[in-house]
Amino acid sequence: MKPQNKNNLSRRNFLKTSILASGGMLIGFNLITACKPEAVMPVDIKKLNFNDFNAFIKISDEGYVTIFSPNPEIGQGVKTSMPMIIAEELDVDWNKVNVVQGALDSNNFKRQMAGGSQSIRFGWNALRETGATAKQMLINAAAVKWNVTASTCKASKGFIINKNGDKLSYGEVAKDAALLEVPEDVHLKKIKDFTIIGQEIVNVDIDKIITGEPLFGLDYKSEGMLYASVLRPPSFGQKLESFDATEAKKVTGVIDVITIGEKARNQIRSGKSNWTFKLSNTDKIVVIATNTWAAFKGKKALSAIWVTDTKLESTEDHDKILTKVLDGEKQKVRREDGDIQKAFLKADRIIEKTYNSPFLPHNCMEPMNFYANVTPEKVHLVGPIQTPKLTASIVADMLGYDVDKVTLEMTRMGGGFGRRLYGDFVYEAAEISNAIKKPVKLISSREDDMTTGIYRPAIKYRIKASIKDGKVTGYHLKEAAINGNMYGLLPNFFPAGCIPNYKVESANYRGNITTGAWRAPYTNFLAFAEQSFFDELASELNIDTIQLRLDLLQNVKGSTDKRIQYSGQRMEDTIKLVREKANWGKTEPGVYQGFSAYYSHNTHVAEIAEIELKDGFPVIKKVIVAVDCGVVVNPTGARNQVEGGVIDGIGHAMYADLSFKDGKPSHKNFNTYRLIRMQETPKVEVHFVENELSPTGLGEPGLPPAGGAVANAINAALGKRMYSQPFIKELKKSRVLG
Amino acid sequence: MRVILCNFQYYFKPIIMQNYKLHINGKERSVAADADTPLLWVLRDELNLVGTKFGCGIAQCGACTVHIDGVATRSCQMQVSSLDNLIITTIEGLSEDGNHPVQQAWKEIDVPQCGYCQSGQIMTAAAFLEEHKNPSEEEIRKAMNGNICRCASYNRIEKAVKVAAEKMA
Repeated sequence: MKPQNKNNLSRRNFLKTSILASGGMLIGFNLITACKPEAVMPVDIKKLNFNDFNAFIKISDEGYVTIFSPNPEIGQGVKTSMPMIIAEELDVDWNKVNVVQGALDSNNFKRQMAGGSQSIRFGWNALRETGATAKQMLINAAAVKWNVTASTCKASKGFIINKNGDKLSYGEVAKDAALLEVPEDVHLKKIKDFTIIGQEIVNVDIDKIITGEPLFGLDYKSEGMLYASVLRPPSFGQKLESFDATEAKKVTGVIDVITIGEKARNQIRSGKSNWTFKLSNTDKIVVIATNTWAAFKGKKALSAIWVTDTKLESTEDHDKILTKVLDGEKQKVRREDGDIQKAFLKADRIIEKTYNSPFLPHNCMEPMNFYANVTPEKVHLVGPIQTPKLTASIVADMLGYDVDKVTLEMTRMGGGFGRRLYGDFVYEAAEISNAIKKPVKLISSREDDMTTGIYRPAIKYRIKASIKDGKVTGYHLKEAAINGNMYGLLPNFFPAGCIPNYKVESANYRGNITTGAWRAPYTNFLAFAEQSFFDELASELNIDTIQLRLDLLQNVKGSTDKRIQYSGQRMEDTIKLVREKANWGKTEPGVYQGFSAYYSHNTHVAEIAEIELKDGFPVIKKVIVAVDCGVVVNPTGARNQVEGGVIDGIGHAMYADLSFKDGKPSHKNFNTYRLIRMQETPKVEVHFVENELSPTGLGEPGLPPAGGAVANAINAALGKRMYSQPFIKELKKSRVLG
Repeated sequence: MRVILCNFQYYFKPIIMQNYKLHINGKERSVAADADTPLLWVLRDELNLVGTKFGCGIAQCGACTVHIDGVATRSCQMQVSSLDNLIITTIEGLSEDGNHPVQQAWKEIDVPQCGYCQSGQIMTAAAFLEEHKNPSEEEIRKAMNGNICRCASYNRIEKAVKVAAEKMA
């Protein structure tokens, strides 16, 4: 009897092949199912049809391979890197591969989502097996043709070769291969034999990007489409009472002014809303026009009366409230090891510091927008969204359509950073089209995006450590946040498992400023707080800051605690790599270094920032980064992600600030809200830890350690600790800056 | 003068717009628009030249950069009525088929992440390099400082401008 192989069984259920009308072979597979080997699948493969698949490979009879990439592209490079993995195992020349964003309707593309840097991690095995299975089928087809056993044939670069030296191209056998059974036995390549993975492959959309071809949601158009601009309450905590559209309607190009909001609120009232329902608690005024400019002008000409519905909140209040939350006893324990109270009682010294972060808008360069065409028969949605499937199903429910009547096409996204996880603007577009019975494109202005956002919440961390006989014996972290708290896994990141007495607690204040996920949620600020604290701890202990981390990491090695998320060994290797590459502690005079290391999104990252002083002003010159993300699929794309994440992290730590006064955000546009620009950008040098472990995500992990590395370098240069972001405000306070 | 009759739900009114002749990418184009409409929206909404991007609307981000008589200009600030006899070049008209040295350098260095700001970056760089044949790092950084890249691909932009300068030499 043949031994049962779990993987083979699951492969049979996630793959299906078919002959193409034009000749050639189509392979459909369900990436999501394939990524979950534990999932129980329907065994009857005949009952599956292509609608159950969310990714396709097409092999034409000329041997060209088209890979339909299923995941939304927000700039993280998966549209290039995921097909690379398939092409590697398929063993086809990359020049013959064409990558197409999946045909983009929610019926055919289930459960697509970008977020949390997970696409590559979940896709790795499934994509490899898919490519390898397709290759084996082509080999089998060639073997049948030659009347030899398949094991005597080999495939390479789009051709199958047998022992007699006969050669067939993939295209020549694709049609036959499609008729064969999905093989049970496939062999994955050895990592050292990879020829595509590990190569520098340029972004597959590059030609369209550099020539300005339509790619993004904002570029999409349809015949007879109108433009809509939405006026929402100016302050959080307000609702629409009444409005006057007389002047707005006089604007050339303005067609109508309506209100929306009822449909979304019905969802909330009937308990059918979910975490994506943000900014939906009020009626909104919509200006409909024949072009964007008229819609914007019409909106400016509106006059509206807003009533205060809940308390208008200010940053000053938040600050006091969050301090109170930190002082309070109503914290939820997220992890507790040993006896933290005892550790503090027995301590020689106790160090306690509090760290503060402001709210942050996402500021995607492409403002929120979406196209909707609601007709009695169906709903057609097009645009940039990180959660297409979920969003389509909500729109279906909201407007009373069967979910299969709602089609959502994804476009490339001009940045996501978490903002496009929330479909509020899609619900609005759908409601508008439903009301006016026309195809419509909702377009937000920059001001709309910045002032009616879903912000990174303001958070405070208080960290307290006990020192006994020169060792860190206790670590107590408290989190106070507006609205949400850190998610479940975070208390099991470093230094969990490294310090015997350990406690992480959190509590929140429910405010009415809308908050949500922002690139590397929570860790984007938590890493700064923690890594600044350890740097200060090292100073107090009078030991090298890197040595302190390495010493602590020894305690987690060999731990049997399954909750611990990071690897002590991998973190140590990553830290040692950056220490070596940055020539730690041996810089030229006038160069000040700061160190930080953080594990998040399954990837270990260590960074050393180098600062010089110019007229007493800290200038960040360079950041040296070491990353352990397993196998690096596409080094150019991978470095791009890390470089971007580091600079993004530094930019926001240094400059970004959004405060509130009576519910109103302090900034509206880039004239006062400061984003990092080229002249402030340090050089970033990225080094990858070489290993053969499965790849992990890179869209986020480069960001969290960056703020801490800079803060610690500032301290090295100026002897001044940063406890709040943005640092520029702290530096001004301490008169480093005039 | 063009009159569009628009019959829409309960609302009915004639839309009166002026006609303007624009010289864009080597062609003469005629558009009907309100006099104060920014070139950005004329390009995007009326002429289907959507490579020019909207980012802030107040000349702070550079996503909408085009060339007007060869000068890098924020199209969100140029009213359609002010463009008489001026030569406008957008990203679509920068080269025949993406073979301008700046575009080629962008590809070689694999600059973009999300890619949204890049046509504005390319247009700024192309105009800059017409004037500066052998720019220093500092000059490049200064010239490109007005263009925001939210993905922070700045170091690659700088490198690509250098590579483009070499190609143009």
